Amino acid sequence: METLLSSLRISVATMVICVGGYTGVVWAIGQTAAPDLADGSLITAPDGKVIGSRQVAQAFTQPQYFWPRPSAVDYKADAAGGSNKSPTSKDLTDRATETVAAYGATPENPLPAELAAASGAGLDPHITERAARYQAERIAQARNVPVDQVNQLIDTNAFAPGAAFTTDRLVNVLALNLALDNNPAR
Amino acid sequence: MIQAILFVIMIIGGTALLSWPLGRYMNWAMDPGAGQGKPNLFTSAFQSIGGSATGQTQDWKRYVVSLLGFNVVMFVICFAILAFQQYLPLNPDGRQALEGSLIYNTTSSFVANTNLQHYSGEVAMSYLSQLAALMWLQFVSAAVGLAALAALARGLAGRKLGNFFVDVQRATFLVLLPLALVVAILLLFTGVPMTFQGSAVATTLEGVQQTIARGPVAAFVAIKQLGTNGGGFFGPNSTHPLENPTFWSNVLQTISIIIIPMGCVWMFGRIIGRMKHAAVLFTVMLILMGARITGAIGFEAAPTHAFASLPITQDVGNLEGKELRFGAAAGPVWAVVTTSTSNGSVNAMHDSLNPLTGLMPMIGMWLNEDFGGVGVGMINMFLYIVVGVFIAGMMIGRTPEYLGWRVEAKEVKFAMMGLLSHGFFILVGTAIFAVTPWGAATLNNIGPHGFSEILYEFSSAAANNGSGFEGLGDNTVAWNIATGTVMLLARFIPIILPLAIVGSLSAKRRATESSGTLSVEDGTFAGMLTVTVVIVGALTFFPAATLGPIAEHVMFMK
Repeated sequence: METLLSSLRISVATMVICVGGYTGVVWAIGQTAAPDLADGSLITAPDGKVIGSRQVAQAFTQPQYFWPRPSAVDYKADAAGGSNKSPTSKDLTDRATETVAAYGATPENPLPAELAAASGAGLDPHITERAARYQAERIAQARNVPVDQVNQLIDTNAFAPGAAFTTDRLVNVLALNLALDNNPAR
Repeated sequence: MIQAILFVIMIIGGTALLSWPLGRYMNWAMDPGAGQGKPNLFTSAFQSIGGSATGQTQDWKRYVVSLLGFNVVMFVICFAILAFQQYLPLNPDGRQALEGSLIYNTTSSFVANTNLQHYSGEVAMSYLSQLAALMWLQFVSAAVGLAALAALARGLAGRKLGNFFVDVQRATFLVLLPLALVVAILLLFTGVPMTFQGSAVATTLEGVQQTIARGPVAAFVAIKQLGTNGGGFFGPNSTHPLENPTFWSNVLQTISIIIIPMGCVWMFGRIIGRMKHAAVLFTVMLILMGARITGAIGFEAAPTHAFASLPITQDVGNLEGKELRFGAAAGPVWAVVTTSTSNGSVNAMHDSLNPLTGLMPMIGMWLNEDFGGVGVGMINMFLYIVVGVFIAGMMIGRTPEYLGWRVEAKEVKFAMMGLLSHGFFILVGTAIFAVTPWGAATLNNIGPHGFSEILYEFSSAAANNGSGFEGLGDNTVAWNIATGTVMLLARFIPIILPLAIVGSLSAKRRATESSGTLSVEDGTFAGMLTVTVVIVGALTFFPAATLGPIAEHVMFMK
């Protein structure tokens, strides 16, 4: 009985302090110091409509846009997930065969592996710089602009995510596509 | 490759350094006054919160009864919140009722500090369920482990065990809460959301609707990592870009996974007053974990086998199920760290790891002591120590002793029961589910990889880890009940038995250590302990490993 009573008292205390107090403090700091991040890094159009989240991949299938990595959940950001297929699985070969066809990759011009492999949550917002350059030609043609212009945009958007600790420079696909649309010379 | 080495040095080396002052702090927080009746200023506050049961010092039986009683209350509260979430507030996205066996599994999972998740957070759970049921247990279940370790160490130091209700508050309020606050605030600035608004609805550049789940994520993720809980706010855990947005959030979370388990070793050393012994234990753990990290990074550098026949570049490692922003080494390092400790969060999908890479997390869960879960990892190591000194004593023909306590048949029996129960749960569970539709009908991959999915699931449940080969369709009544029960048994057996051993040891007269005593502070002891861990821990599972990941490797990767 004594055990039960003490357990209940401690449950209430930890609930009040660790759930109520702690969550409240973190929430208040987030909402005052970094409200944009705390609300999910949303990007809004000039008319106030939400276009997406900077951190979440969205589907791009039209030729004038950079395409993100494949998503096992079709970019559903309310039910995220990976393929969970073994890297030896034939299902992955089948899926990659379709991706290869969509990009028109050939043995002379092979597809960068990161564009064939789905990410863990299916929402990876980035592709590598080389994966972006791989798509530059298609985008330049679809938009009828010189390919140099597209490559220049890639240059200005590429960043090293972990400074000296990472090898590949990345670009944010949504940010890059917004930059394409806002490019006055298009 | 140089980046991978730098990354490992930063994460593992950096955390090892940080764990030293943390262990010192944890010793102050958990064991104030070193039993000289000089409580720190918080003790009286904790006594008035906890009520009358906090007054007495407890023997091991009373300590265990209090611990179990508190866990019953934890279970009931969590179960009730989950069962009624559709009627309760903080549910902006209108999450519905959960199925009964899923509630049982989820409650067992979070009570047992496991966080195996047969649901997907952003699909199934209201914000109240996430915070008041699940995140609350992420605090107090980790605190239970830390309390148990403090009691065990006091017993070995020849003192009274202390009082569970005071210890659990010390662990919650003095250790976990301040660390969680720091980590949560840092995570906010890397871009982890913290909002009570429901999902955002976006219209993409191509004009498609996208619903973006969000929520009070930052607070949840901080304690998820620090308490070796591992249960994600979102289904795909820390692969999700809103749960782990940048390279640096990933570094911070990886450090958060191992820092308290590492600090536990130093705290143990301080309480028993044998820092050299703690350093030997720390080194053994570091070597065992380091070996698996090396293996995982190496095996994962092989490109995705399924792409070999296609016009796809083969110059990068396997990227299926991985995020680009973390860098190449981050996935395998995390996979090992999260299973070395009993954390179980993921930043890459373990189901899609190369076959032998996937074996590394499994070995981590089989051993479950380097560095293990908060508090309980060091307790598991204590079981190996008991067996190790017994074997060593037999080999040199001396009475086995540990810290001056005579280790006899009774203690060794208890230790072996604790260690063998681990193998029993994993191997018997896997065997049953592999030959029945309970397991066979739920697989996402065929052949040896399918077997690995079952083996991994039971390993994860028995190690109180919580990660998974997530392709497995594990939200079935059979899986929910089987793993829910294994998690509870595998949580409390390895807490009760070690405390019983300490109870039995401390009833004896303590011998003074002499030159004839087997030292626990030198390389011989380290070697003996490592061999015991590998033989007792790993070899039990070798036949199962050959049927799963090793068979898959031999079939495909040659």
